[in-house]
Amino acid sequence: MLNVVGALMRPIEIPMRFLQLKLGLKNPAWLFLAPNLLLFGIFAFLPVILNLVYSMTGSDAILLRDRPFVGTSNFDELLSCANYLDPVSCKDDLFWRAVHNTVLFVVLQVGLMVAFSLITALILNRDIRARGFFRSVFFFPVLLSPVVVALIWKWVLQREGVLNAWLEGMGFSSFNWLLDASWAFGWSVFLSIWAHMGFYTLILLAGLQAIPRDVYEAAKMDRATPWRTFRKITLPLLMPTMLVVLVLALIKGVQTFDEVYAFTNGGPGSATTLIIQYIYETGFAGAPRLFGPAAAASIMLAGILVALTFVQLWVNRKNVDG
Amino acid sequence: MARAIAFLTRTRGVGKLDWTDWLSYGYLFLGVLLMFLPVIWLGLSSFKTEEELSRFPPRILPMAQETIAVDGYDDPLPLYRITGGEYAGETLAQIRRVGLVAQMVRPDAPKERLKVDINDRQAIERFSLAWDNYGELFDRFNFLRFFSNSVFITVISTAIMLLVNSMAAFALSKYQFRGRMVVLALVIGTLMVPQTVVLVPLFLITKELAMSDSLWGVIIPGAATPTGVFLLRQYMLTIPDEILDAARMDKASEWKIYWRIIVPLSAPAIAVLAILAIMWRWNDFLWPLIVLSSSDNFTLQLALNAFQGELKTEWSNLLAMTILVLLPIALVFVFLQKYIATGIASTGGK
Repeated sequence: MLNVVGALMRPIEIPMRFLQLKLGLKNPAWLFLAPNLLLFGIFAFLPVILNLVYSMTGSDAILLRDRPFVGTSNFDELLSCANYLDPVSCKDDLFWRAVHNTVLFVVLQVGLMVAFSLITALILNRDIRARGFFRSVFFFPVLLSPVVVALIWKWVLQREGVLNAWLEGMGFSSFNWLLDASWAFGWSVFLSIWAHMGFYTLILLAGLQAIPRDVYEAAKMDRATPWRTFRKITLPLLMPTMLVVLVLALIKGVQTFDEVYAFTNGGPGSATTLIIQYIYETGFAGAPRLFGPAAAASIMLAGILVALTFVQLWVNRKNVDG
Repeated sequence: MARAIAFLTRTRGVGKLDWTDWLSYGYLFLGVLLMFLPVIWLGLSSFKTEEELSRFPPRILPMAQETIAVDGYDDPLPLYRITGGEYAGETLAQIRRVGLVAQMVRPDAPKERLKVDINDRQAIERFSLAWDNYGELFDRFNFLRFFSNSVFITVISTAIMLLVNSMAAFALSKYQFRGRMVVLALVIGTLMVPQTVVLVPLFLITKELAMSDSLWGVIIPGAATPTGVFLLRQYMLTIPDEILDAARMDKASEWKIYWRIIVPLSAPAIAVLAILAIMWRWNDFLWPLIVLSSSDNFTLQLALNAFQGELKTEWSNLLAMTILVLLPIALVFVFLQKYIATGIASTGGK
């Protein structure tokens, strides 16, 4: 195996040697950086600039030279709305439905997920037997692919599914969970929490274990109640980690797409359509492919994400200093 | 059993569980149920026949009715135990059912047809795994094709990413040069703009480079991850520069220093990144969904998602396929659980 990799390295090694030894290249840093910067340039920086261009041009052509300049009209269309709280009154009602859904989704998902992650981390931080096992159990769903997560819960929740069977066994009547708008939304939030909470639990657990033991021993000497210890020691000392977790969860929550799309396809109606799905469907899935509005929507999304990332960097900075 | 009880009731030295312990264990066991039961349920269901799957209320174990081959009938006939009426106690095979009456025969005397009230018979069933659910994936659904697409994308893009990212991390951690901070800032910049917001131009670029609807269109744009550069750079900063200087005294080329010294010494960080990259690429959904249009190029994730639309009624194959998509990651998890956890904790995910 290593021999194979070594053989593959040969074609790179010879020209690099030549450049260095024959041409006297003392500091080949740029040579080492080149492939990575090339990839970054083409697939990360260039798209950011092009995204701006797309958002300001119209028509359904993909080539830039076929796209007439339309100024801010893509943004105007998206933002034209009689009442922002009522998606139906907006020109692009699906976009605003998606915005509303995403806001509600993120608030519920992040709030509940961070709460449950905290509870789980606190419990796992106690002197629990088989802690490694329990930690793995909560972490396991993080590894599952979004489509698999969606299918697992679809299978449990379907009309003839095991949840309905259990409900009927208890004397309730069964229910079409995914055909009801609010239930479909609620289950989407639930499955997203189910799939991701292990990740945040892990980070919070690391934060808890970083709190020095002797602080707790001092509290014990002072006969502080567990509740008081938690409020006055654990919570303040865990706050930096909590903030990181919160911002990370927000950044990821806003970008939710895969599992909800595979779970409900955005339905029933548009009850679970989130912003990324709007971008995907406007720009790629349907005909005509409206790249302009899709790009405009993603620029607005990028604005939110960049703001959140700055918050995160700021929180991290404070962490490092503190 | 005694050991199990001792294990479960062991506590913080005092020998008695206080109520917070009970609460904690209660919560954790509830968690285990909630996290594992759905997956186990899916696994069990994937071995059920289509008939058994549509049964309501569902049963836990996959069961199938026992059948017997009877002279004069092409297909094996289902077996029933008769619980009442004229033939009570006998085991009969059913030919057909008309209304409330079933036509049955004795397996050893297939000539004589018997009429039985359907309330008087009970199906004979045994535990049986419907391996056909899995077999059909290979015969009818081109599963191997999707699997090899997924493996190809995962392996190649992980390899490219590791090579390219470790080279960049080496340059950024071990060389002083003008513009180093600019490059570093640009890398942080890419961290900030996730792929999800540049989908439109990324698609155009991929198309212009003639990589749309090809596996390379998934591999190449996915190889530029800033997380990898960061993780590796942080690790390489801890490698002492003296080792490099010593190698330079021995007239080693810079490439040799990278390849023979830095890469082996960074092996732990590279391994962590490799595990993460494999996970990301294997589970990737949105970008392949946009790039790949012909079903021959689909990855497992795309095929699975497409199937759930097409095969509304064929849960049997769908569940089997879900298990096969889940299995590699589950195995990786079982063996590398510790490294995955530390890797994710140190990179903050993606």
